[in-house]
Amino acid sequence: MKISVIITLKKDVLDPQGKVIHQTLDGMGFQDINEVRQGKYFEIDTKETDNDKAKAKVEEMCKKLLANLVIENYKIIDPK
Amino acid sequence: MKSSVITFPGSNCDRDMDVALKKFGFKNKMVWHADAELPKSDLVVLPGGFSYGDYLRCGSMASKSKIMQSVINFANSGGMVMGICNGFQILVETGLVPGVLLRNKYLEFICKNVFVKINDKKNKYFKNVDNEVLEFHIAHNEGNYFCTNDQLKEIEDNNQIAINYCDENGKIEDQFNPNGSLKNIAGIFNKEKNVLGMMPHPERMIDTSLSGEDGSLFFKNLINNLK
Repeated sequence: MKISVIITLKKDVLDPQGKVIHQTLDGMGFQDINEVRQGKYFEIDTKETDNDKAKAKVEEMCKKLLANLVIENYKIIDPK
Repeated sequence: MKSSVITFPGSNCDRDMDVALKKFGFKNKMVWHADAELPKSDLVVLPGGFSYGDYLRCGSMASKSKIMQSVINFANSGGMVMGICNGFQILVETGLVPGVLLRNKYLEFICKNVFVKINDKKNKYFKNVDNEVLEFHIAHNEGNYFCTNDQLKEIEDNNQIAINYCDENGKIEDQFNPNGSLKNIAGIFNKEKNVLGMMPHPERMIDTSLSGEDGSLFFKNLINNLK
């Protein structure tokens, strides 16, 4: 089963990379952007076949390694 | 005094640290990250470098390596643990010291000498250092210290800030902040002050023909404080 995870920076954390991407897009003519925030995307292929169990495991992975909860939020995308 | 320097895949300041520790009298051992047991030590050092290629987040992989459980136990039982640069990033990832280190504010790798002001001397790292200001070297891409407002309040209430970026006279201002670090923080302690994480490299300032001598001051003082 493949489970996807999206990690995003929390709202009040400075994202200099997102800012530079914003500026560059602005310079390219995409001038109606309010803000760009950069995040991370993971695809985890697990042997677990039970949906809930797999999600619970991935949540544990997020808390222990994939995200740093001081600055990041994680969102697990339902495998279905 | 016995010290241990942990080498992770991608550490590159481990041998400099070994040279510095030995120069000032430590009996140092190099310890591989995959070892489970820590040799008997009075000081454990997590050195600078790019452990695991800075994958995911700087220090995140190294913080989960086998030796780190022993280092965490050692720190929790009051042992002296010092993390320099990447070692500081590893320490925040273990949770031994609060906060995180973000990408430098202006997205530049910074490699230069800086001045830092000692904020607290009631600890074994900086007790009896005569100077208020030290000149150290920094070389990092992710040294922008950040923590939540609640954490900051706790850090300040417990006087856990170790050193702040400043000018040569000890003035702490925005213009002397190289990386956007919160409150110019260059290094912090855990609550008990036996764990120190800092971005500057004292081990790069121990040779008069190559650099300044403020690192020598730091190490000479440290070994005396541990005796």
